[in-house]
Amino acid sequence: MPPKAAPKAAQPARSTPQPELPGGEGGEELVADDYDMPVIIKVKPEDQLQLSPEELEKEVPPRVLYPNNPRAPHNVTQFSYKEKVFKKDDQVDQVVMHFSIDGAILLKDSPEAQDQFEIQDKKEQEQSAREKEEAIDEDFDPPEDDKEQPVKNPLRNQFNFSERAAQSKNPILRERAWTTEPPPTTGYSGSVTQWDIFDQYMSDIEAAKEKDKDNAEKGKSKAYQEEGEKKKKGDSNPTYSENMKLSIKIMERMVNQNAENEVYHDFKYWEDRSDEFREGEGTLLPLWRFSSEKAKKKQVTCIKWNPRYNDLCAVGFGSYDFMRQGTGVICCYSLKNTRYPEYVFNTDAGVCSLDWHPAHPGVLAVGLYDGTVLVYDVRARTKKPIYQSTVRTNKHTDPVWEVRWNNDESSGTLNFFSISSDGRVSNWFLLKNKLESEEVMELKLMSGTSGSGEDDETSLAGLAGGLCFDFNRQSEHLFLVGTEEGRIHKCSKAFSGQYLETYEGHTMAVYTVRWNPFHPKIFISASADWTVKLWDHTVRYPVMSFDLAQAIGDVAWAPYSSTTFAAITSDGPGASTSGVVHIYDLSINRNDRICEQKVVKRAKLTHVAFSTSEPIIIVGDDRGGVNTLKLSPNLRIGVVRTEDTDPNKTDEDLQIEKMEHLLEMVTETKEA
Amino acid sequence: MSEVEETINRINTHKGVSGLVILNSEGVPIRTTLDGKSTLQYSALISQLASKARSVVRDLDPQNDLTFLRIRSKKHEIMVAPDRDYLLIVIQDPNADQGI
Repeated sequence: MPPKAAPKAAQPARSTPQPELPGGEGGEELVADDYDMPVIIKVKPEDQLQLSPEELEKEVPPRVLYPNNPRAPHNVTQFSYKEKVFKKDDQVDQVVMHFSIDGAILLKDSPEAQDQFEIQDKKEQEQSAREKEEAIDEDFDPPEDDKEQPVKNPLRNQFNFSERAAQSKNPILRERAWTTEPPPTTGYSGSVTQWDIFDQYMSDIEAAKEKDKDNAEKGKSKAYQEEGEKKKKGDSNPTYSENMKLSIKIMERMVNQNAENEVYHDFKYWEDRSDEFREGEGTLLPLWRFSSEKAKKKQVTCIKWNPRYNDLCAVGFGSYDFMRQGTGVICCYSLKNTRYPEYVFNTDAGVCSLDWHPAHPGVLAVGLYDGTVLVYDVRARTKKPIYQSTVRTNKHTDPVWEVRWNNDESSGTLNFFSISSDGRVSNWFLLKNKLESEEVMELKLMSGTSGSGEDDETSLAGLAGGLCFDFNRQSEHLFLVGTEEGRIHKCSKAFSGQYLETYEGHTMAVYTVRWNPFHPKIFISASADWTVKLWDHTVRYPVMSFDLAQAIGDVAWAPYSSTTFAAITSDGPGASTSGVVHIYDLSINRNDRICEQKVVKRAKLTHVAFSTSEPIIIVGDDRGGVNTLKLSPNLRIGVVRTEDTDPNKTDEDLQIEKMEHLLEMVTETKEA
Repeated sequence: MSEVEETINRINTHKGVSGLVILNSEGVPIRTTLDGKSTLQYSALISQLASKARSVVRDLDPQNDLTFLRIRSKKHEIMVAPDRDYLLIVIQDPNADQGI
């Protein structure tokens, strides 16, 4: 122990009893050599064994190692079977093994080492073989997932298994953000409705269709044309567009309706209450008066309601005065616009007759004073007729007093009949590009009293002037012709040139003949000889005759009753009864009219027509005016159904019955 | 062209008609018989109303469309015929003669 190494701290554990001996002297030396020597202070631990001086003097046996085992027994006695006595065995094993270790080092040449080598070789071979096998295994069953591998061959290293786990550091999440300068924005808003979307779809579909069409046609020129048209449309002012025409037309009607509100109310709702108190009499309420600048000085020569559009009627203007003929006008008036005609057509000569086609409501046939017949399509843009008869197509040479479309559609082409005072009834066919005529009838003059030979001569001499005709509704081929001489002839389309019957009774020109709309046998005629006569076509003499004391201009059956008709008297102005409408209902009063009303002042009436659907009549006068009159309830009694009437009977049956009843009454009174 | 002009003239001469205005698709009056101020008022207000009315009709059924609009008021009646390209407005006082 180096005393200088531990200057102050003396380790008590190491201090043996020996260093204590020079203790006192040392202390002195320390004092003497204060600066030379480090101060050594011996400190005794408190629990140190205190020995007395004797004990310190006492010799301590030296520690010597002997080659005999002190723990070995000295008195090992064994019984000797040979000597039969106990004997002390002196031979004691003195060897004590304190530590033994087997070395692992072998001599290379030793057999053990050889064995080791062999074992090692064997192990290596086994190892390689196994690895090969595993390699094959892996080929067959490649690991799908890294986790499966340790599970797959846990047996390989069964006894040297070690489980290792490692945890990686949790990544620390860190947030970083940048802000860029916001891009400039502008507010935009719009609202989309369902129909906006619908329109878009529709336009898309249409565009697709157009495309298909174009592809299919591949007609470049057509597309070109369309483009041109589109351009034109786009350029034009919307004020003059087609749509505007329609809108403004409707607008005009509405304005008109507002302006004439009261008249429209009267038209629709007014009923003469006084009719309830006077039996068998009625009145007419004047509604509108249609007039037009263009037709102011002209006479109404014909009126026809459109068969399909109940509010539309065509009125022809011309002149009945032989000396003052001029141009003619056709005005189509609508009840929806009472101020101005819906369509206007101008003709070279005065209009004498016209007729709507029953199936094609836009087609109008017109007969003129100069014998021309025209066909108009009122819907066409042009104001010109679509067909016109000429001298070459054998046109009439005298005024065409009546035209009538042929209802019979069997021939295929549209055709109409016309009658003229040149004595011919013609049938006109509307061919593709021309009008062709076919003579149906020549109205031979006949003198009732003379013989057959003379008859032929007169027929050569001249023809009777036809003024009117009418076709029977039930038997289409039958028709009646009224002539200037006052005779009425029954003719047939099948037998041209022959009269089936001639009815004599009128002494002056027959202006109108009309079949009854319900009863197939009855017809009526109006003549200049002041009478209206009712006929049965199987009887040669009139069934009834009504004297109106004025020349009759026109007569018309009511469409709602088989026994009601209207007649107008048309004497010159100044006469007290001019411009009077007479209405008869024979089932109510057989002898007298149930209404007689003066409807115009200072004018004479020329024509009358019943509306097919509304309770109104329309009368034309010689001043270019057309008056609409509403019939009071007493004037429009149709069929009356009581409890006794057979409910199985149709209205038509009842109408016919009504007429039959009337005829019976008439014959009875005559016989009486 | 003349046909429309004629009709416009006729409408103007009808009883109680106080004005007729035609607007184009942008709502700008292209033809008017009213004075400037009331034309502007009518065109601005009626075109809005007409487009709203049309929207109502078309929302109920997209295949439907507004064809006419009549507004009856105490003093007069405003009739509007809307179309894609124009708007036709007529102002009429149907009781014009009763006041006299």
